[in-house]
Amino acid sequence: MKTGKQSAFAAAFPHTIPVMTGYIFLGITYGIYMTSSGSPFWYPVLTALAVYGGALEFVIVSMLAGPFAPLQTFLMALMIQARHLFYGIAMLEKYRGAGKRKWQLIYGLTDETFSVNASAEIPEGVSPYSFWSWITFLDHCYWVTGASIGGILGQVIHFNTEGLDFVMTSMFIVILTEQILKEKNHISAWIGGIASALCLILFGKDSFLIPAMALITLSLTVFRRPIESAGIAE
Amino acid sequence: MTSFQAILTILICSAATILIRFLPFAVFSGKRKTPEYVLYLGRALPPAIFSMLVVYCLKGVSLFQGSHGIPEAIASAVTVALHLWKRQTLLSIAGGTLCYMFLVQMIF
Repeated sequence: MKTGKQSAFAAAFPHTIPVMTGYIFLGITYGIYMTSSGSPFWYPVLTALAVYGGALEFVIVSMLAGPFAPLQTFLMALMIQARHLFYGIAMLEKYRGAGKRKWQLIYGLTDETFSVNASAEIPEGVSPYSFWSWITFLDHCYWVTGASIGGILGQVIHFNTEGLDFVMTSMFIVILTEQILKEKNHISAWIGGIASALCLILFGKDSFLIPAMALITLSLTVFRRPIESAGIAE
Repeated sequence: MTSFQAILTILICSAATILIRFLPFAVFSGKRKTPEYVLYLGRALPPAIFSMLVVYCLKGVSLFQGSHGIPEAIASAVTVALHLWKRQTLLSIAGGTLCYMFLVQMIF
């Protein structure tokens, strides 16, 4: 007879395999990218543990290369992570009875963990909270493992890393392409692009982010009706 | 930036992330319904923000000096093309990045 914990693990693990590949490889790249930008090997480990949000962690690397700007950092982090509000709202009911596990479930609610926990069928006899908890925990372990390996590799192996910083650009282009492929209208994507380009020209590359974020939020509010009537992807 | 400021920057990002992830559970877990406007922003923001982040990544590119943004344009096109072709996130990222590294190290 298996204990409840073992069977929840056995049920959860197969669901995490696709995330494992993605997180470990992207985590390694992230670790190498961060250390090759001049950070000690434990910075990627720290961000993987404490921030645990891929897109924002890549942006942190370029934030660390600039001047210390706490307000801009905080606002930028809020905007990049804003989509997680939606994940939280979507999981409100599911996580309601999770008790103490709730803290860990919410802390580790990344894009990938959300997509698994929101959709996976839980086998009969397995506690859903243990199941979701294992998935959340395993995914976090994969990301930290990847970032740690990358952090160490980045300091041990020396190769010409010129141009490696394009990994962040590539990642955002892929995410944006995915967004555009699945959305019903592209108004929001256009607003983001035009508002940012405009603010970049007006305010210069060191101070365009805050005005760009303000202009984006304002435009989305003003154009709420056409955007909603054209339909937004879930 | 000093090490202290760097760690502070990381902790600020950590705090913002925790705030966003816990907010719905803290505010809307009882009888209170989520305001429509908040729901709307949660759905409408992502494409705009990822557009902004692409601009942010390319902010240092100068069209009138150096390599005129040609390697960035080629590598971006390769990333999109690979993604439309195979739709394998890791492959698209790796392909675009390797292409860019090749271009800036060997050609430009």
